[in-house]
Amino acid sequence: MKSITKQKPFEEIERSLRRFDAVFIAGCGTCATMTATGGIEQVAAMQERLEAIDKVVTGSTVIPTACDEMTAVLLKENERAIRKAGCILVMACALGVHRLSLYTNKPVLPALDTLFIGVEEKPGQFREVCAQCGQCVLGETAGICPLTACHKGLLNGPCGGTNNGKCEVDKEKDCAWTLIYRRLKLQGRLDLMRQYHPPKNYQVVPRPKSIKLG
Amino acid sequence: MAVSKFQEVLNSGKFVVTCEIGPPKGTNLDKMQHHIDLLKYRVDALNVTDHQSSVMRFPSLGGCLAIKERGGEPILQMTCRDRNRLALQADLLFAYTRGIRNVLCLTGDAVVIGDHKGAKGVFDLDSVQLLRAIRQLETGEDLGGNKLDGAVEFCAGAVVCPEADPIEPQLIKFEKKVEAGAEFFQTQGVYDLEKFAKFMEFARQFPVKILAGIILLTSVGMAKYMNANIPGICVPQYLIDELAAAGKGGALRKGIEIAGRMIATIKKERLCDGVHIMAIGREELVLEILEAAGI
Ligand code: SF4
Ligand code: SF4
Repeated sequence: MKSITKQKPFEEIERSLRRFDAVFIAGCGTCATMTATGGIEQVAAMQERLEAIDKVVTGSTVIPTACDEMTAVLLKENERAIRKAGCILVMACALGVHRLSLYTNKPVLPALDTLFIGVEEKPGQFREVCAQCGQCVLGETAGICPLTACHKGLLNGPCGGTNNGKCEVDKEKDCAWTLIYRRLKLQGRLDLMRQYHPPKNYQVVPRPKSIKLG
Repeated sequence: MAVSKFQEVLNSGKFVVTCEIGPPKGTNLDKMQHHIDLLKYRVDALNVTDHQSSVMRFPSLGGCLAIKERGGEPILQMTCRDRNRLALQADLLFAYTRGIRNVLCLTGDAVVIGDHKGAKGVFDLDSVQLLRAIRQLETGEDLGGNKLDGAVEFCAGAVVCPEADPIEPQLIKFEKKVEAGAEFFQTQGVYDLEKFAKFMEFARQFPVKILAGIILLTSVGMAKYMNANIPGICVPQYLIDELAAAGKGGALRKGIEIAGRMIATIKKERLCDGVHIMAIGREELVLEILEAAGI
């Protein structure tokens, strides 16, 4: 599982850095490296682009896992460079941005948009597979999540928009309910598709979600 | 006792005719009211679209009130796209107090195909759940299991797409809608009556009324566009050829003739229980379609 991110348009990054002349860049060695959005190369490329628009990059680092406590240590190690910067530009997912903001009083700015938690289908191709709804129905939908894979999150079968087995909103993407139908049929469990799913409880765990386990 | 005039007609065995009314984008109701007045006594019910294709418009509920005020029989379209279960139930309560007794339950098109692409799609309920919600409100209880002070009673329907590919998931959902309490079905536009007759063999097993969707063809371009872009619609080549042979000026007349001919065939051969005519903004032409059909 990975936190899937995409770099923000450079103009947006530039706009967010408007009031800062000097910037420290922090990438992440885990998810953002695997999605090639905040690894060593992308951090170096960002440094070049910022310098090209006359920003001073006081330093940079790629934190092994930006969302854990090691982040505090890394910030300490780079204290001098960070002190010279007006802000920290974070090339990690929102968890990393959040974590960094706990350990510094400098403004922390995201360079990436956090899209979803997902898996890599084939190299460079990521797809959301679970929206963490708190009440899993995968047992009845042949392992395909209708809340995530169906654009409308429908629980009782396909909408009328499905066309040639593809989704109404994306002709390239299989309709989740066509996939669910095929797999349930293959498994001889089509009766599960005939079963009525009542309206979902969207407040199984109210927002912001938090839980104490054990 | 029937819940509504429309339900009475549905159960009378008469060939049912409904048509679609598109509300305005704005507050000028003149055109819609004109269409209502033209058609209210010529069809059994007028069915008002609910932000069709996710394009923001005057609401279905408002259109239905206008029909009611002018003495017509409205069918309220309700999509699950824009309202959560509280708002949907509240609208049903309100509609009931204003004499609206027919509801068509739809999932609704995706937000991203409409004119407010960044909006939040709701889909708190799906069409099957909405049908059940109506039946639950009728027992005097809301979806939360709370008692109502005054219940509702509706003639409820849904839609089905007889030409979808693959068809079986759609048929399973059709059955779920029947179980959820749908009394009538409006189909997506049909053009191939042989295929439609096959679907009807299946649908006839269930105690529901089926109204075949008739979409007016206005040009060769429109037919081709629908084939390429509208899910579950397939205009056969011979109809496209017929439109083409009529030339640019004659295509619309040809379209009216084709729609009339299809309705007449459906009626004569008793393929299903009635038709639902969609003229998509050219509602005044419904009269000519009916004439062409001999109705
Ligand atoms: S139903 Fe879907 S969103 Fe919910 S927990 Fe299961 S996989 Fe995740
Ligand atoms: S086409 Fe399929 S996946 Fe897309 S919204 Fe409809 S049911 Fe969901």
